[in-house]
Order: sequence, then structure tokens, then C-alpha cells
Amino acid sequence: MTTRAEMMNGSGAAAILAAGVGAMALGVMAVAGDKSAVVKSSMIFYKPTGLLSGVTTVAILIWLGCWGLLEWRWRKRSVAAGRVCLVALVLLGAGVLLTFPPVGDLF
Amino acid sequence: MQVTVRELWTMVHGMGFGALYLLACSGALVELWRITVGRGVGEMSDGQERFLKVYLLVMAVLAWGAVITGAYVVYPWYRAVAPVGTVDLSGYPQRLLMHSAATSGWHSLGMEWKEHVAWLTPMSITMVAFVFARYGRELGRHRQLRAAVLGFAVVSFAAAGVAGVFGAMINKHAPVQGGAVISLSDGGAK
Repeated sequence: MTTRAEMMNGSGAAAILAAGVGAMALGVMAVAGDKSAVVKSSMIFYKPTGLLSGVTTVAILIWLGCWGLLEWRWRKRSVAAGRVCLVALVLLGAGVLLTFPPVGDLF
Repeated sequence: MQVTVRELWTMVHGMGFGALYLLACSGALVELWRITVGRGVGEMSDGQERFLKVYLLVMAVLAWGAVITGAYVVYPWYRAVAPVGTVDLSGYPQRLLMHSAATSGWHSLGMEWKEHVAWLTPMSITMVAFVFARYGRELGRHRQLRAAVLGFAVVSFAAAGVAGVFGAMINKHAPVQGGAVISLSDGGAK
């Protein structure tokens, strides 16, 4: 049985990094859907909601897929949490910026 | 006193899930801040730890409720396409906003940002809830993890705030309305 004192940081780092990747994926998908006719036409999963349905669904799948993979690889390990968390926060910041229309319009 | 089905769902989305999330988030941020700066972790009892775990889980449910009802219930009514020749655009909020240069920014900036950035809220707070559920008080031993958790919680609050402010203003300029009418009371003549 794992005691509190034995807990590694891998599982937490995996969840944090995956959330950063998910945020970045959302921003990239939002821009791609807006700029590319091919992406736009292929991302309408639910017609009444339009492009938003595909953009968010794909971003969520990327987030959960990345989370599952990292959790599997890191859950019993200790990782360089400082670096992982920094990357996650940078990805989160970039994701937020990409969802902001004046920034997305730069691409 | 009456309310339409579309108005009721808009209230469920914005006030039921969104506003409640923002209220809950302010409390969670205080608690996560206490944990992050190192005070409060050692003092936290089993009951308090359990409470915060459930509290963050409920917040995640609220956040997912807000984006799912927003995107799949309210948004289709917002972006409905008006038949050619329609003069009264009151049933087509997006078209109504885009019809005037004075209001088009509420869609082109407000809704375009809100509809995407809002999804960062459930993603972030789900991660926060998971990490706290997994580590509990032990988070106090992981300085970088708890700092990142606090950062994501702050962004989830900000993203929900952006969505809430633009949602309220958009609904003020072009309300989502229509559908079946629900009578709440006959009002009574005075």
C-alpha cells in the first residue's frame, strides 16, 4: 500500500502537463478551424453547434489522451516537476492567447 | 410572470452553472492560496481535506455543466440562421448583433473569445480537483505542483469571468429568447 510519505510527483505532474497540452490544443484548433476551410468543414461534429463542437471535442480528446499516456508513464516516478510545471503554464498561457480573436487573427 | 424555455436554459447555463462556479472559485482560490504559501496544509484536518476534495469535484461538475449547456443547448439558438428576408432579427441573436456596427463587436470579439476560452475552465479545474484528490494534504510537500495547481485555478477563474462578462453583455444586447412559454405566476392585477 502506498503511504502518503511515499507519494511521487509523477501523477500530479502528468495531470498538470496534460492540462497545459489540452489548453494549447484548444487554442491551436480554434485558430486552425477559423483559418482553414478543410479543418472547418471536418470539425462540424454537431451541426447546430457548428465548428465549436469539433474544436472542443478534439481538444478534449487530445487532453485526455495525453493525460492517460503521461499518467501511465509517470505515475510511479518522480519527475522534474519544476520544468514540467513551467512548460504546462507556458502552454496554458499560449492557449489562452490563441483563443483571443485579435491574436488568432495574426495567423 | 413568464419565462420562455430558451430564457430558462440561458439562466441555467449562466446563473445556475456559470455564476455558481465563479462564486465557488473565489473560495477555492483562497484555500489553494493558503496551501500554496505553506500555511494551512499542516493545520488541515481529515474532515477539511475531504471537504475541499468534494468542493473541487463539485466545481468541476459546475464548470462542465456550464460549457456543455452553453455549447449544446444555448449556442445553437444564438447562432440560428435567419430565413432570407427576415426583418425582425430578435429570434436570431448573432444576426442581430452583426446587423449593426455598434453591436457587431459583441459577437466578433466577445462571443468568439468566450466560446473557446470558457472550455479552459473545466479542463483546468478538473486537473486541480484530480491533483488535490490524489495528493490531499501531501500537496504541501510538492511546491512546484501546488504552485502550478494554483496557476491553473486562477486561469480557470479568469476564463470563467471572461465568459460570464461577455455572456451577460451579449445577452443584454441580443437576448436568447423564444420557445415555449412557462407561466410562473399570473402576476395579479393591481
